[in-house]
Amino acid sequence: MSLPVIHIENLFKSYQTSAGLFPALKNVNLSIAANEFVAIMGPSGSGKSTFMNILGCLDKPTSGNYTLNGRAIAELSRDELALLRNLTIGFVFQGFNLLPRMSLLDNVALPLIYCGVEKAERQQRAREMLAKVNLEDKAESLPNQISGGQQQRIAIARALINRPRLLLADEPTGNLDSRTGDEIMKLFDALNREGLTIVLVTHEDDIAQHAARQVHFHDGRIISDQPTPHLEAAS
Amino acid sequence: MKLAMLGEAWRAMGANRLRTLLTMLGMVIGVGAVVLMMSIGQGAQYSIQQSINSMGSNLFILLAGHTSSGGARSSSGSAHTLTISDSEAIAELPGVQSVAPIHPGSAQVVYGPNNWNTGVIGSTPAYLDARSWSLNSGNAFTASDVRTGTRVALIGQTAALNLFGDEDPVGKTIRINQSPFTILGTLNPKGQSMDGRDQDDSIIIPITTAQRSVFGTQFPGTVRMIMVQTTAQDIMPVVEKSMIALLRQRHRTRDGMEDDFSLRNLTAVADSAAESTRIMSLLLGAIASVSLLVGGIGIMNIMLVSVTERTREIGIRMAIGARERDILLQFLLEAIIISVLGCFIGLLLGVGGALLTNKLTDTMVIISGSSVLVAFSVAATVGIFFGYYPAHKAAKLDPIEALRYQ
Repeated sequence: MSLPVIHIENLFKSYQTSAGLFPALKNVNLSIAANEFVAIMGPSGSGKSTFMNILGCLDKPTSGNYTLNGRAIAELSRDELALLRNLTIGFVFQGFNLLPRMSLLDNVALPLIYCGVEKAERQQRAREMLAKVNLEDKAESLPNQISGGQQQRIAIARALINRPRLLLADEPTGNLDSRTGDEIMKLFDALNREGLTIVLVTHEDDIAQHAARQVHFHDGRIISDQPTPHLEAAS
Repeated sequence: MKLAMLGEAWRAMGANRLRTLLTMLGMVIGVGAVVLMMSIGQGAQYSIQQSINSMGSNLFILLAGHTSSGGARSSSGSAHTLTISDSEAIAELPGVQSVAPIHPGSAQVVYGPNNWNTGVIGSTPAYLDARSWSLNSGNAFTASDVRTGTRVALIGQTAALNLFGDEDPVGKTIRINQSPFTILGTLNPKGQSMDGRDQDDSIIIPITTAQRSVFGTQFPGTVRMIMVQTTAQDIMPVVEKSMIALLRQRHRTRDGMEDDFSLRNLTAVADSAAESTRIMSLLLGAIASVSLLVGGIGIMNIMLVSVTERTREIGIRMAIGARERDILLQFLLEAIIISVLGCFIGLLLGVGGALLTNKLTDTMVIISGSSVLVAFSVAATVGIFFGYYPAHKAAKLDPIEALRYQ
């Protein structure tokens, strides 16, 4: 088996709160290989979102090792982490997090600005991504002019524009109705078939059914890690 | 990449137009005030410089001592302690360029049906050099005219206009206190002196002629005033010392006795006038700079608000790969655009205001490229300086904290 995309050992994360030190993650160990589709599940407060933010290099663990793509995250500078988020990781949020005053095309092209791609190429690649999520006709619209499902597809297009190895999605269907949520999940299935490694946080079983592997968190610990019991055929 | 950032900054400014404009207004007023004040200040300096130049440069005036009779002391120059031979001796001193004994006065001058009371200055050809006064037409009188006491005259523009109108005065004969004088030449206009007299309302004649034929004097060979010009300004103190020593020796003044003449440094007087206008324009500039500073603080204030307001946006940008320097540049550019644009508008208003001041009040204004350049670079510096802290604050945000910010 090739080197895992994600390798985590003895990971701890605690927060300073008014009531004292709060341990959000306790001794987490996990390895995710290339082209896996993993669902991270658990009740709210179980630490799954904290875990996701650490995976996405947005937050730093208190202790433990996190190796992404063969690189130890703890040793990297802020700029190197930014570069990882730009090139290696695509992040999709529950609340879409599009920039409200920018056209959809500019939103999708935004990550390319930070790695120095010229304007013509930025626009061309953004149009290709818009076509991939079937929104090429909305290029000049603003985020508040389209539906939630469409906004999430734009966010996915933005996450994928730099051809990352890893797509992280934190409850991507949480703000959507079940039908549009299903559309998003079908898009994820297709991306996974193209070779993309996907890690998805959800608390809905039918969303988790799309993943091949389910990791359950409870109270900051992994309590189960197993293949999805009844994998539905992705249509 | 830089261009894309510029577009971003522009978009952010457009999103809150009123606020951007109000922030800019601080810069507009600051730069406008600086440019206006500097224009007026430089105009004032220029006017003073003009009067100084018209007086002549590096000048001393020697005045004869005063007399006292029965306890009443008369003014300087009333005693007859300076002589024409004193002036010849001073001319031999090192560092002295020209020396002109002067007998000033005023007289009624007649030409045909016109008559006019004007200043009559008896002096030598060196007087024109010392005052850097040039001829408009004709010739100056010569040293031999002074020796022989010829009745010749040079006429200033105002006196010429009043006596001759449109006629060419050269070669004409006028009568000064009844004596006929031939006009040898006309002088170029010199304008107002520092105390506001019209320097062109005067006639210059040889000093010997003035003393013998016009004013008369009880003591021929004495003179009330001597004008001395040095070759350079920095040697004036040295020349002053050697002049005093020479005159004390010639006048046989014993140690411990007062000088029987007085000496004034005209250039020093003029310099102090120039210095005070310079200080005034500096002061005006300083006051105007304060408003520039206030404008800068306004920019910082708004940029801080903007950073707080857009914390979430900063978080999103960081999540998709913006580095610290990208965020820094974005906010810094916004501050710089606001200040440079504000500066440009302020510049236009300042120049407009200066021209309007000139139109309405006849105040001399000078809009120099250097003051415009200074205002512009100061504004850009203010933008960078006051924009840096908020931009730095934005760049140092923690991505996850920023993303969670509501």
